[in-house]
Amino acid sequence: MTLAKRIIPCLDVDAGRVVKGVRFVEIRDAGDPVEVARRYNEAGADEITFLDITASHQDRDTTLETVERMASQVFIPLTVGGGVRTIQDIRNLLNAGADKVSINSAAVKDPDFVREAAQRFGSQCIVVAIDAKKVSGESENNRWEIFTHGGRKPTGIDAIEWAKRMTDYGAGEILLTSMDRDGTKNGFDIALTRGISDAVPVPVIASGGVGNLQHLVDGVIQGGADAVLAASIFHFGEYSIAEAKEYMARAGIEMRL
Amino acid sequence: MTETVAVVDYGMGNLHSAGKALEKMAADGQRIHITGDPDALRAADRVVFPGVGAIRDCIKVITETGLDRAILDAIDAHKPVLGICVGMQAMMDHSEENDGVDCLGVFAGRVRFFGEQYGETGGRLKVPHMGWNQVRQTVDHPLWDGIDDNSRFYFVHSYCAVEVPEEEMAGRCEYGLPFAAAVAKHNVFAVQFHPEKSADAGLRLLGNFLRWQP
Repeated sequence: MTLAKRIIPCLDVDAGRVVKGVRFVEIRDAGDPVEVARRYNEAGADEITFLDITASHQDRDTTLETVERMASQVFIPLTVGGGVRTIQDIRNLLNAGADKVSINSAAVKDPDFVREAAQRFGSQCIVVAIDAKKVSGESENNRWEIFTHGGRKPTGIDAIEWAKRMTDYGAGEILLTSMDRDGTKNGFDIALTRGISDAVPVPVIASGGVGNLQHLVDGVIQGGADAVLAASIFHFGEYSIAEAKEYMARAGIEMRL
Repeated sequence: MTETVAVVDYGMGNLHSAGKALEKMAADGQRIHITGDPDALRAADRVVFPGVGAIRDCIKVITETGLDRAILDAIDAHKPVLGICVGMQAMMDHSEENDGVDCLGVFAGRVRFFGEQYGETGGRLKVPHMGWNQVRQTVDHPLWDGIDDNSRFYFVHSYCAVEVPEEEMAGRCEYGLPFAAAVAKHNVFAVQFHPEKSADAGLRLLGNFLRWQP
């Protein structure tokens, strides 16, 4: 009996639509996040992450409606992130059917927000998302800093120290994105993933850079990740969830097949 | 058949998920009613006691609102009762969470923190125990009907039930240490994992509960 590593497809959602697009066979409208999530549920995904990239306040209601519809059709865990700033935001998302919420910029602005959220709702549903970028030079020891506001704003905060602090404050999971790798398809930043995973006592989700199935294996075996998150390789049908799971299992990783 | 299935709402957990999963699996005439009213629990035909978060808060709220008594009454009235996650932990004798909490004592056994556990390869295990783990069915039970032994279910918890007597065990899991994934006694069944989040195996278990005639 061993805990399986998880594969998590990520949906970027703007005003109730999946923005980067998802191509499934036989689906006419691949922009509906509920339909996409339902397909991933059927395909054997271990969780779904819903990243709300909506800017306007008005569209947040659309997000809650979407989460509510998703939760009535998808019976695997659902994490919702993006724009989570207040205790009321968390309560609204959990009430709508999210199982976990992911906090990013608001944690940097006020770290005690994470502590309060974990005390109020339990660590198990508080994920802290970290966007990290390498700042050390070629000849220096590796060092990463965290960035907020979709990666636009540097903070000067060391990523590993920050991850430790957030778990001390009650974060139950870390969603780690390498900004250097995001969108490159060159694989996870393994040194970063390993550094964070070894530093914190909670599960770490590796994100950013997946271009093939070996990258998923490397994230778990070399990086020490407990879960791997990817978007484009699944959305555009390059690989199915089942293919990814079989590949990882063949590499000796415990998976839910 | 006309039946009411009460889902205990003590104002903390994400009841939407449990409610929606039960609705999906409900038979014609079975109505899922999410309620915090002790009298509604007493009037219901079946009771689901879900839960997330901290057990001390859970026990505090259900005691203050009289829901604890209503849950115990439903058990005494031989109605089918299903505990989920913190709902299961609340039915044990005692929990060491938050410096110790006395629980409902429906099942013998205590709830302990995972603490520092190490995996087979020597690495320190992450807590919470989060994700899909296997459950060995230790009894033949109507709630396991149609579910393969060692099926994976979704867990997310930092505390677990141990020292459960063999006759009350229904399923075992292991994460550094062996712990009770499911317990059963007469008309009560309780699980540490989240069946409402465990895809087909979990939905099957909920469907089995909705049809269970203990």
